[in-house]
Amino acid sequence: MTTEATTVPEGSTRSGAGPLGRVRDRAQLGLCAALAVAGVVVIVDASRLGPVTSSNDPIGPKAMPFLVGGLLLLVSVLYAVDVLRGGVGEAEEGEDVELGQGADWKTVSILAGAFVLNALLIEPLGWVISGALLFALSAFALGNRHHVRGLAVGIAMSLATFYAFAIGLGVNLPAGILQGIL
Amino acid sequence: MDNLNALLGGFADVITPTNLLIALLGVTVGTAVGVLPGIGPAMTVALLLPVTYGLPVEQSLILFGGIFYGGMYGGSTTSILLNTPGESSSVVTALEGNKMAKSGRAAQALATSAIGSFVAGTVATALLVFVMPEVASFAVTLGAPEFLAIILVAFVGTSMILGSSRVRGFAALLIGLALGLVGTDFVTGQQRLTFGSPFLADNIDVVVIAVGIFAVGEALWVAAHLRRKAGTVIPVGRPWMSKEDWGRSWKPWLRGTALGFPFGAIPAGGAEIPTFLSYLTERKLTKHPEEFGHGAIEGVAGPEAANNASAAGTMVPLLALGLPTNATAAIIIAAITSYGIEPGPLLLVKQPDLVWMLIASLFIGNVLLLVLNLPLAPAWAKLLRIPRPYLYAGILFFASMGAYAVNAQPFDLFLLLVLGGIGFAMRRFGVPVLPLIVGAILGPLVERKARQALQLTGGDASGLVGGPVAWVCYAFIAVVLLWPLVARLLRRGSGGDDDHSGDGDGDRPSPAAEPSRPVASEGAIR
Repeated sequence: MTTEATTVPEGSTRSGAGPLGRVRDRAQLGLCAALAVAGVVVIVDASRLGPVTSSNDPIGPKAMPFLVGGLLLLVSVLYAVDVLRGGVGEAEEGEDVELGQGADWKTVSILAGAFVLNALLIEPLGWVISGALLFALSAFALGNRHHVRGLAVGIAMSLATFYAFAIGLGVNLPAGILQGIL
Repeated sequence: MDNLNALLGGFADVITPTNLLIALLGVTVGTAVGVLPGIGPAMTVALLLPVTYGLPVEQSLILFGGIFYGGMYGGSTTSILLNTPGESSSVVTALEGNKMAKSGRAAQALATSAIGSFVAGTVATALLVFVMPEVASFAVTLGAPEFLAIILVAFVGTSMILGSSRVRGFAALLIGLALGLVGTDFVTGQQRLTFGSPFLADNIDVVVIAVGIFAVGEALWVAAHLRRKAGTVIPVGRPWMSKEDWGRSWKPWLRGTALGFPFGAIPAGGAEIPTFLSYLTERKLTKHPEEFGHGAIEGVAGPEAANNASAAGTMVPLLALGLPTNATAAIIIAAITSYGIEPGPLLLVKQPDLVWMLIASLFIGNVLLLVLNLPLAPAWAKLLRIPRPYLYAGILFFASMGAYAVNAQPFDLFLLLVLGGIGFAMRRFGVPVLPLIVGAILGPLVERKARQALQLTGGDASGLVGGPVAWVCYAFIAVVLLWPLVARLLRRGSGGDDDHSGDGDGDRPSPAAEPSRPVASEGAIR
């Protein structure tokens, strides 16, 4: 593949550098470790299940987790082998994605913060307020500098969704402190 | 004949003023959201799930039929006018479609894609009417071991055949299976992987998984790499085609349909392979080979038809077996399940009205799309200019709303963020997301079937082997698993010296990866 062709020379110059010489994206090994940890968690969790088997259910609830956990361990090893042999996954492209420079962690952290804030505030303050904040904060994190307009759009959207879904269609969205006003 | 009568009954159910209005709403909203950059059909359906919560199941299925086809149509508009397609199946459309648009033939590209989608969608949905009941009545006769084997084929198909790396696909499948384990065991009532949390005891809702992985994961991923300057949108008038364009389009439409439907209908199909095959076919058969690479209309007509026909084809395993084979189908399964309806071979027996109404609404949605989209194309094109901060903030907003509305508990929002983090990591490392969703949905089912199968033999492993259908399935799986070995032997036998063999089993060249070469190579140099 073209990708291979463009990156292989880089890898091959490093091939004599040591055991990790052919690894092109070392963070991938972290992913392998995470898969292995997940496998261990699944197996440990399954092993504390009571030994409930009956004639109705000869294999019981433990077999599937043991299988999945074992396969997770196996795939973490196979994945690591693939990475050590120079395999690399292609990061996903998209209309608005510009790969090339590293990830913008600041934006991602503000987004995650806005997300957590919404989760904490949705029941005490209600969806209209928490949703509007979520929208305005996320837009800010993504580079919107019209703060008032961002907040106005957020309030309009949360009001519209609240009336359309919660009141119109009976979807579960909390009114919070605005109970009785909306 | 029975099928046709049943279908007419389905039409009679759909054609009421309210239901037609709902169908119209479905195609309009589906197209609008599908056009938005960064939102493919699967995410469209996932984000619009909450819209259906308040509706009765019949109307929500009509809405889904519209959203499903509308989202697909919207996606191809984006790839023609903006290049860089939203999902892998429209990669091929972008290839010639965007070239056409750049050379001033955007209107014709959109027209051949819209009319081709209509033709393919209608023909393929008609095929669905005849094929699906046959498959379903055959599937009803299958026992637990056979069904288990078919699900395993779907696992192998989605994780190892689609996508470019087997080990990454398999890893995604296993994460999905692990997520599917979380909750209370359905036989013994024991808690697995709940870590003592009462919120997890009730299993993780598939809607939360789908929204987290697709919508939140995508929004976070794009946020981390947001293009500072939005891509150039090619302005477009009302789509139209000249007589010559019609003459060059109709055969590719039909050939694309013929390629797309069967690939969609088998449990290991997908849209990438047929769209690419259709592109190759048209390039070979065209009378204008010099235009390929510079915007040949056949190269848009064929793959677009193949894409739509394969989408209609995925309805066969979806309705007849309860097996989702693409991301959109996976979310439709989740939606159907949330109404307490069990998808599977008995669906057609237990809920025939519902199934035929869904199919009828696919036909109607298709017609509405054609009527609606030819005149509205310029309006859709304007959606491509939406400011990106608002677009992705909106995705997070609707994702949170949808995930909260499932169970009305803030815990799901934290879960959503964690799943979004997993979705982010998968995009970062090039791990496909479809196997995860399929694993999470079918994991509990596969366990149930395996335990049923073993129950019949009192735990003896022979219970898993079953009859001829299962043997065929296991033979297929064995071939797929052993393929890299076989391929290497063949290569050695023919004396070929493909220097990629050192890349390990993980890098199986896939036909679908081919057309993305020019795009992919830019990003890969990091």
